[in-house]
Amino acid sequence: MDMNQYLDMFIEESKEHLQAINENLLILENDPANIQIVNEIFRSAHTLKGMSATMGFEDMASLTHEAENVLDLIRNNKLTINSDIMDVIFQSVDLIEGMVIHITEGGDGSADVSDPVRKLRAIVAGDFTAQQEVAAAASVAEPEVQAASVGNEAAKPDLDLDDYAQTVLKQSKDSGNNLLWIKVILNENCLLKAARAYMVFDQLESLGEVIKTTPAVQEIENERFDLSFEVVFVTMHPIEKVRTAIQNISEIQEVQIDTIDLKAPQAEPPAVQPEAPASNAAAPKKAETAQPAATRKVAAGGKTIRVDIERLDILMNLFSELVIDRGRLEQLAREIGKSELQETVEHMSRISGDLQNIILTMRMVPVEQVFNRFPRMIRDLAKDLNKKVNLEIFGAETELDRTVIDEIGDPLVHLLRNSLDHGIESVTDRRNAGKPEEGTIELRAFHSGNHVFIEVKDDGAGINKEKVLKKAIERGIVSQAAAETMTDKQIHELLFASGFSTADVISDISGRGVGLDVVKSKIVALGGSVSVDSVRGKGTTFLVQLPLTLSIISAMLVQVKNEKYAVPLSSIIETAVFKKDQIMMAHRQKVIDFRGRVVPLVSLEEIFQVPSNQAETDDEVAVVIVRKGEKMAGLVVDSFIGQQEIVLKSLGKYLVNVFAISGATILGDGQVALIIDCNALIK
Amino acid sequence: MLEQKAIVGEVKVIVFRLQDEEYGVEVQQVKAIEKLEHITRVPRTPKFVKGVINLRGVVTPIIDLRKRFELEESEYSDSTRTIIVAVGDLEVGLIVDAANDVIDIPVDAIEPPPEVVGGVEAAYLRGVAKLDNRLLILLNLDKVLSTEEINQLDALEG
Repeated sequence: MDMNQYLDMFIEESKEHLQAINENLLILENDPANIQIVNEIFRSAHTLKGMSATMGFEDMASLTHEAENVLDLIRNNKLTINSDIMDVIFQSVDLIEGMVIHITEGGDGSADVSDPVRKLRAIVAGDFTAQQEVAAAASVAEPEVQAASVGNEAAKPDLDLDDYAQTVLKQSKDSGNNLLWIKVILNENCLLKAARAYMVFDQLESLGEVIKTTPAVQEIENERFDLSFEVVFVTMHPIEKVRTAIQNISEIQEVQIDTIDLKAPQAEPPAVQPEAPASNAAAPKKAETAQPAATRKVAAGGKTIRVDIERLDILMNLFSELVIDRGRLEQLAREIGKSELQETVEHMSRISGDLQNIILTMRMVPVEQVFNRFPRMIRDLAKDLNKKVNLEIFGAETELDRTVIDEIGDPLVHLLRNSLDHGIESVTDRRNAGKPEEGTIELRAFHSGNHVFIEVKDDGAGINKEKVLKKAIERGIVSQAAAETMTDKQIHELLFASGFSTADVISDISGRGVGLDVVKSKIVALGGSVSVDSVRGKGTTFLVQLPLTLSIISAMLVQVKNEKYAVPLSSIIETAVFKKDQIMMAHRQKVIDFRGRVVPLVSLEEIFQVPSNQAETDDEVAVVIVRKGEKMAGLVVDSFIGQQEIVLKSLGKYLVNVFAISGATILGDGQVALIIDCNALIK
Repeated sequence: MLEQKAIVGEVKVIVFRLQDEEYGVEVQQVKAIEKLEHITRVPRTPKFVKGVINLRGVVTPIIDLRKRFELEESEYSDSTRTIIVAVGDLEVGLIVDAANDVIDIPVDAIEPPPEVVGGVEAAYLRGVAKLDNRLLILLNLDKVLSTEEINQLDALEG
């Protein structure tokens, strides 16, 4: 059967569950006695197992099954957690993550799971017997849980009810209906299983209401079940009548019917039930196994819907078209000069401006998505490096455009690894320096103006300037003479120079032959920047600045002969008009005096080899002053057209790496204007 | 190709003119045929890249096929057309002198290309189809649109 339509959902949910498991495992590591957390992990693992088995990813299913067994022992107090067990579980989770990635990339998710499976089995077998006494003790405390043995899971009525179903069941029970658990086993040589199942359902629906089926109705319809399926059923009729009705259908081997006991929840205060899904340990033991993640989420809070990212992208693209038309309309309204038209267009512009804000915020995703995999990564790394580190995350709720989020992960991983590897000292060094043994890395995200800042701050050794300079001179990045006059800041900037790595031994942590230069180029490619600040002995701070969005930006349109170009407003300081005689020459370079600073001039006409249009040149030049970090340059143009919101479009795959052009946009008149990459024009 | 021969026996091609020769590209590779419209020049690209156009909201690069094949240049006229072709995930417009025909050619009429046809090197050609009274040159678009050359030029300039 074609499972492709479910594949996306499967991948999405698997990732969520894995993330939840990872987070909970970290909590558990610090608080091993917390059975609540084990229950959470168990539920996620159970759901994962179910999903992967349904989707036919057998390796994943078998691995999660073994992990689940171990977790089951832990949550039933038959097994105490130690760091060895944690490591095996972490290893299994990693492997499952690998499989999910493999599946995402179109693979079949197969992997060699024999090693972790063997380890997990050893844990179940070995420690289980050793801790019988504990188990016995625990069984007194939790007789209910004890009764639900893992091995018999399949044979017992294993109901997997969500809150909604439970509420319905309870209400029907109260109003005197029969709650039934029905297991229908089909004849072995039944050919049309789905059809038989359909007939069963048909009968059942005429007698009462089907609350839940295992497997789900859709899967039964698709014949995705063996010979049997289970139904939770509410009816006013007696059991026997239901039984006969089903047995009258041909090719049915056997019908098992049992009444469902809802005593446990009824004993509780009823109001608590729907609101406390987390305390399901107290719920009826039959319903105990797994809570579908979705229902838990809904119960947990806000009203949200899940929208396919592709649709959001389409919405964005459509809106971009609208922005282009808006520009065109504004232009036409100005030309025509009719006041009613102008008013209407103005009104429309305002509305579409609001719309733009909403659409842009819809594409905003909390950085949490990227941040939440870091605690786990830092834990593993610290273990490998024999360092003690505590990662503190602030502002994980800060939002960024999805396109930026997708790209920012790798650079941040690199910065964090760098802080851990080069920043934080070893435990002995820290003790000698009179610092606490455990180092701290702070990861902080915050908004400021039109930008989002992400800060990676460690309380490690700080940057060793002498060492950096020595390396830089050795590698030929700076000359001896230049090095002597460098400021601290300039020295720190050397870390981002290509071909620079201060680690004496290239470790596989932040080594790998690439350095911070890659981080920098990636961030610059996103339209952001990165800087570093450091105090010797106190620590180092990396500050990454990112634009809020990448798709619609404000730009200044300029005219160069017959061509129009767009300069992103984010890099413009100001525009100015100079007399030709104000231009001076310095080192055969045209410069101007701009508010006391000497700013080099870059003629767009020359640099872009713009064909001449024989227009007369006047004695004034229009200059757009742009900046890149501290440096400035003046772009010489013919005239300014005005400021406008433009939609970023790529030049396509055919034209890549065009010099000083970062993309294109479509203007109000339908023509394409190129967007100037100011960074490439400033040396 | 052999399979196609057995089953179909014919390929449908769009016929266009360049200098005095007739060329063909498979109809599956052609997305649209457009009249020439405003092209925005992209600086510092190879000579044959005329620039980019706004093709229904998508910025599409345009190649002058005459320049691409180093043929004699000529003025654009009313019959000049842009054929938008898609090869893999590349979408590019080709400027040709005229495009006005769609024909089916029998697969067995296609012969391997000689060294040079109409001034175009064999590397860019897939074959030559001999029909009753006309000769049709079939283009190998993969080669024509290869970005290697652009990147090489980039390296030289940059």
